[in-house]
Amino acid sequence: MKLKTFILTALVAVVYVLHQDFWNWKEAYPLVFGFLPIGLAYQAGYSILASAMMAVLVWTAWPKHLEDVEPEVKHPKGDRS
Amino acid sequence: MIPVIVISIYLVIIGVIGGLAFRKSQANTEDYFLANRSVGEMVFFLSIFATNMTAFAILGSSGQAYRQGIGIYGLMASSSGFVIPLTIFFIGTRLWALGKRFGHQTQVSFFRDRWECDAIGTVIFALSALMLVPYMIISIMGGGTVLAHISDAGGTQPPIIPYPVGCAVVAVVVTLGVFLGGMRGTVWVNILQTTLFLCFGAVAVVTISHSLPGGFGEYIAKLAGDPKTSFLVTREKMPPQAFWSYTLIPLSSIMFPHMAIMCFSARKVTAFRRTVVLYPLAIMLIWLPCVFLGVLGAATLGKVADADGVLLLMLEKYAPVWLAGILGAGIISAVMGSDAHQVLALSTMFTKDIYQHYGGREKYGEKAAVHFARAFIIIVTLAAYGIALELKAKQGIFEIAIRYAFSGFAALAPVMIAALFWKRSTKWGALAATLFTAACLIYFAVLQNTCHPGDIIWQIGQGKDAIKVLFLNPRGDVSFWNGFMTVVPMVFGSALCMIVGSLVTRPPSQATIDKYFPKQMSKSSGRNTQLEPALSKVASAAR
Repeated sequence: MKLKTFILTALVAVVYVLHQDFWNWKEAYPLVFGFLPIGLAYQAGYSILASAMMAVLVWTAWPKHLEDVEPEVKHPKGDRS
Repeated sequence: MIPVIVISIYLVIIGVIGGLAFRKSQANTEDYFLANRSVGEMVFFLSIFATNMTAFAILGSSGQAYRQGIGIYGLMASSSGFVIPLTIFFIGTRLWALGKRFGHQTQVSFFRDRWECDAIGTVIFALSALMLVPYMIISIMGGGTVLAHISDAGGTQPPIIPYPVGCAVVAVVVTLGVFLGGMRGTVWVNILQTTLFLCFGAVAVVTISHSLPGGFGEYIAKLAGDPKTSFLVTREKMPPQAFWSYTLIPLSSIMFPHMAIMCFSARKVTAFRRTVVLYPLAIMLIWLPCVFLGVLGAATLGKVADADGVLLLMLEKYAPVWLAGILGAGIISAVMGSDAHQVLALSTMFTKDIYQHYGGREKYGEKAAVHFARAFIIIVTLAAYGIALELKAKQGIFEIAIRYAFSGFAALAPVMIAALFWKRSTKWGALAATLFTAACLIYFAVLQNTCHPGDIIWQIGQGKDAIKVLFLNPRGDVSFWNGFMTVVPMVFGSALCMIVGSLVTRPPSQATIDKYFPKQMSKSSGRNTQLEPALSKVASAAR
């Protein structure tokens, strides 16, 4: 496995594991911004982390080879299935 | 009355957009079903998001948060924000490329070609269509309920828009939009719809925060301090097994026919880039305020008869009436945005996978296929409307059906993954996985309706050391092994069926394998290696 593939797989695995925040399970405090229970604030932060992870994947592992795909058979009516 | 006027204006705008799309349309199925594969980057994001967001994202999320607390966000929203973009990134982009290259417009047409099968494709089609229909019905039911709620005149007076009229309004507006505009009309409308319901949560939070004396923190502290309500601001009553199980549910997203068909409609594969990055943030924008307000409703409203109406009750109490109208339009947008895609997907599937596949186009021509699709839309919507009226009291049944449909589509994900990434996979493996999924759905639905909470269906051992393998939890849901959701055995069982079924049967012909898995020479080893369905053969030739 290439190093880049390994690092990206590890990144996705770590982010997946971070979703299970068992340490916040029974905690309401601290209230982030004075009103968001910590469990909810953590999961909101997790959404931002997921977005960042996707940005990293797009940046480093984008399937560039798909960008130049062309129809194999041109059909005047646009229906080839 | 004001909310009704606001929503009426909104519905007229939707109708006008559908009409404009109709004027731009061409009389062929690729234009009607996929907008000629011409959907641009930002529109693609807004539209694919609208496809996946139902009224549940707004009303159901706040209702569930009112009942179960903040854990609902992690359970459903942040797990979706992680899994769905990944599936769009790895599966959606490949589907798009195969659609563009070989002209596929549905998942089934890809499966049929990929595995050289006919009837097995029809089996997958039948299961997908059956799991999609309850969705359509519940969308119309949801639309009727929301319109009746928003137009409620108060006291003993009936609402200005009674439930049957509300259902009819939603059905007619959606049908007209899809009938006239096809995919183009639907995605144009989605721009307005997604913008509206993305703004919904933030506006609702700001408005309600201005009306609450003492601020949010005081109410949350009150909930946390009371032993009877403290579970709402923690996850102490949420089983970790269920929390983990739920991370498998979003695998269903890419297997929903309307999501997969949406992937075929992008102009370029680059349209997926922005979508996968923004998707988790968009989910957060909708779910976070709704979940928070649902929990807050427990502190501010006390006990309410219908938990799913908690957000509407808060808006009625704390938002000015005109704003409640706009926010109501936001909710209706979520209902209609996904409903339109479901109607269009069903129509696309029937036209492409049944009508055309079994010779309809050769017999009646390309234009007739579009007429068939339009006629189908009217028939299916009329049927859904009739069911929504007749079986209103049995809405719970459809909600259960949808819950199982999520597990069912998630269990079909291994079929898609195998088709795209495993050249040794076979149609028999796909059939085994599909039949396994269908059998599980029927079996679990029967158990859910015939057994009682706490009943043990299957256990290993006796007494204290007994391991409950299959049982109904205290809430009456079928559970697996120590409290995991049924989606767990369904997904892994389906994957196992796919693997074993494929390994013991003959693979597709070499020509088909080469078509989907072009061979390339490895630079390092100098021998042939099979890449993922790279489709780079054409790309290399172009370069």
